Amino acid sequence: MINEITLTDILFVSTALFFIGVYGFFTRRNMITMLMSIELILNSVNINFVAFNKYLFPQHLDGIFFTIFIITIAAAEAAVAIAIIINLYRSHRSIDVEDASELKY
Amino acid sequence: MNNYSYISLIPLLPIATFLLLGLFGRKYFSSLSGIIGTLSLSVSAFLSILTAYKYFFVDGKVNGVFQQIIPLKYTWLQFSPTISIDMGIVVDPLSVMMLVVITFVSLMVHVFSLGYMKGEERFATYYAFLSLFTFSMLGLVLSTNIFQMYMFWELVGVSSFLLIGYYFDKPSAVAAAKKAFIVTRFADLGFLIGILILAFHAETLDFQTLIARLTDPQSSQILSSVTSSLFGVSALTWGLTLVFMGGAGKSAMFPLHIWLPDAMEGPTPVSALIHAATMVVAGVYLVARLFPVYCFDVSALQVVTYVGAFSALLAAVIACTQTDIKRVLAYSTMSQIGYMMFSLGVSKYGGEEGLGYMASLFHLFTHAFFKSLLFLGAGSVIHMVHSNEMKDMGGLRKHMPITHITFLIACLAIAGIPPFAGFFSKEEILLAAFHSNKLVFFVALFTSGLTAFYMFRLYYSIFWKKAAHLHGEHHDEGTFTMKIPLVILGACALLVGFVPISQFITSDGIGLETHIDVIFSITPVALAIAGILLATSLYKNENDRPIKISLAFGKFYEAAHKKFYIDEVYLFIIQKIIFNLIGRPAAWIDKNIVDGLMNLLAFITAEFSEFFKGLQSGKVQSYALYFFAGIFGLAVLFIYLVK
Amino acid sequence: MGASKIIFYIISTFILGTGILAVTATKIFRAAIWLLFSLIGIAALYFWMQLEFIAAVQIIVYVGGIVVLIIFSIFLTQKSGDEMPKPLQQRKLFSLFAVFFAFAFTYLLIHQYGFYSSNPQPFELKISDIGMQMLSTTEHGFILPFEVVSMLLLAAMIGCIVIAMKAKTE
Repeated sequence: MINEITLTDILFVSTALFFIGVYGFFTRRNMITMLMSIELILNSVNINFVAFNKYLFPQHLDGIFFTIFIITIAAAEAAVAIAIIINLYRSHRSIDVEDASELKY
Repeated sequence: MNNYSYISLIPLLPIATFLLLGLFGRKYFSSLSGIIGTLSLSVSAFLSILTAYKYFFVDGKVNGVFQQIIPLKYTWLQFSPTISIDMGIVVDPLSVMMLVVITFVSLMVHVFSLGYMKGEERFATYYAFLSLFTFSMLGLVLSTNIFQMYMFWELVGVSSFLLIGYYFDKPSAVAAAKKAFIVTRFADLGFLIGILILAFHAETLDFQTLIARLTDPQSSQILSSVTSSLFGVSALTWGLTLVFMGGAGKSAMFPLHIWLPDAMEGPTPVSALIHAATMVVAGVYLVARLFPVYCFDVSALQVVTYVGAFSALLAAVIACTQTDIKRVLAYSTMSQIGYMMFSLGVSKYGGEEGLGYMASLFHLFTHAFFKSLLFLGAGSVIHMVHSNEMKDMGGLRKHMPITHITFLIACLAIAGIPPFAGFFSKEEILLAAFHSNKLVFFVALFTSGLTAFYMFRLYYSIFWKKAAHLHGEHHDEGTFTMKIPLVILGACALLVGFVPISQFITSDGIGLETHIDVIFSITPVALAIAGILLATSLYKNENDRPIKISLAFGKFYEAAHKKFYIDEVYLFIIQKIIFNLIGRPAAWIDKNIVDGLMNLLAFITAEFSEFFKGLQSGKVQSYALYFFAGIFGLAVLFIYLVK
Repeated sequence: MGASKIIFYIISTFILGTGILAVTATKIFRAAIWLLFSLIGIAALYFWMQLEFIAAVQIIVYVGGIVVLIIFSIFLTQKSGDEMPKPLQQRKLFSLFAVFFAFAFTYLLIHQYGFYSSNPQPFELKISDIGMQMLSTTEHGFILPFEVVSMLLLAAMIGCIVIAMKAKTE
């Protein structure tokens, strides 16, 4: 067993990827790169689902299905986000989040 | 037993009129409002007289004793199983007599005002206020519950305030209205505390129960109220004295009388109604209503006696020196109410000993007629010469014959000359005083001579003295509607003395046989005639004797003319002592501590909101950071802190 | 140390390294390319876990779809060679700090918990099983989510068109 890759190791990868995404989301000012960070976060979640399914509940397929649905929804989300970004670019000539701060006090 | 519940209509009609005129009168039927008010009140007056007839002559008496009937009563506020505020109507000799007096005088005033107030811009408002006042006064006398009475008592105060301040564009009227309200309100504070003391010990607010409990020497309530004491005075005495303080405020007894002369700023018919016949006798009514309890407590009754007697004397002395005719009448009112008060004070409960009680209410009854007549007469005079001052009058007897005759009747009545009304009632009062308290008797005797003097001083100054010098046009004796009440009230002043009140209104409900003691009545009548003769010699024709006499009295005359500086004393106490010692510190605390706290609170809130406003930066990443921090915090909370 | 383990470490390092580059690259186009590599690395991880179907979906949808979409939008809105605005130094430090501690905290939790399977048995993924269960209406069927997701995709498509459409000039 000691030589096997355990679930905890895979979770280390997914957690690290998750926080890399979070870091990107906090520091990036360009909206497209923020969107990329979100994709990273979603992927780390996907890894989690798949890994849990494989290591803890090999007799079921639920984790796989969740992954599939998340990928689908991520695609839809990316499409909508990019449509919004393009629209914003038209009105502001910029996709910097700092520039789009009308919604404040 | 007959059904008396229709009595509720008597006060309800005026309040309906008040609402109608107050809400719509000025806009829609301004000129008609007088007629409406008068008609509605005449129905009330008719019902009152009907009630009086039914009660006194048909079915009020059971086995020779007048019963107290409560035709209507329902619980309005229930505080505890024993204490509740009820709304109800009481019918007994006292309330029935008051009903008649109030509605009748009020009707006369309504009719008189039709002419007197004609052309006023706020005619409808005036009638609305009159109706409100009548309603409150009727409610007051019909109360079954001491708290119900207190509410109407305050309503009376409010409507009096409104009517005194009717000419609100006149600063003196506004000041007078405020003064009347504040002084009576201060007195009512005592009344309220008195009510609370009595209710606490008697464990009820209902008059009937209260009187029954506090007059039974064996009851636990009386024991508790006599044994508990403050400053060596029993709770019962405190309660009754404080209740009397309320009565003294409304009835203008010394030292709470200062508002009454100023209240003459109101329209004269209002003075006739409120400050002569009805509201000012509310205090007398109050003491009479609680009379059985007062009888039980000698010291409270002593207070009533001496305050009454002193007020009677003081007011009479001041009245001799005043030159404003309405003020003379105001002091005379105060003096006469002092009579009623001490007459109650010297009385005892039941039988021959209860003569004072009967005499007091008899005097209340007769006084209502001749005093309102005097005021209406004065109103008529003022209407003619457009002035309140004696020096602008004189020689008016030719110009206003009806006013002259009726005024003379009223003067004779108040002076106590037989066979006018005042003679009979005053006679009984003096008799009652003679039998129980010689000091009060002599004060009363002296005051009665003084009364005759100042009333005839007034009479001669208005109608004789010098030739009339009316300048300008527009002088007449007034319209028909102004003369009618004068005539009716004149007839009443002549005749009501023969009403055998003693048969009807006594402290214990049993009729009392009274007769005029001719020997006894020689002294007061002689004194009254002496007063009249003195006034005749001084004031019938213009001469310099009054001035000489006033100079001879010197300082005393000056003091009396300035109303014994009582107003100034009050001003001194209020401005120098209360303002400086209580008002200013209170204002300082209010400004710096109370307001300061509020400002501090507002400042903190503003600062906080400034901070939170800064969080709403519109920057998405900041929001994401807060969100993240929140999740992190919750995670720590739920994983480590909440197990 | 088995070959499988070495491969896992290589894949993991690749994913995390390209991920870090994707969020720190100064040029946006390069960031997109690093993202692409990272996603491919994740697909490789799926292969390593013997989930070929998921790996295929990952490559098709992410690598072939979303990244291409992102690159398109970059072309539409940016000059690809430009340096991006630098993140604020203060925020960068703060985020680094926060992310590091959050990661430490989370991994500590995971490590303590352990996640040991009660019934270790080989896991086999048959594509036919996925297909059967996806369209099955029985207890463990996913037909309803499937339909809902298809509706969502349609709605997203229409929504994108409406949002990105140029307003009519009046």
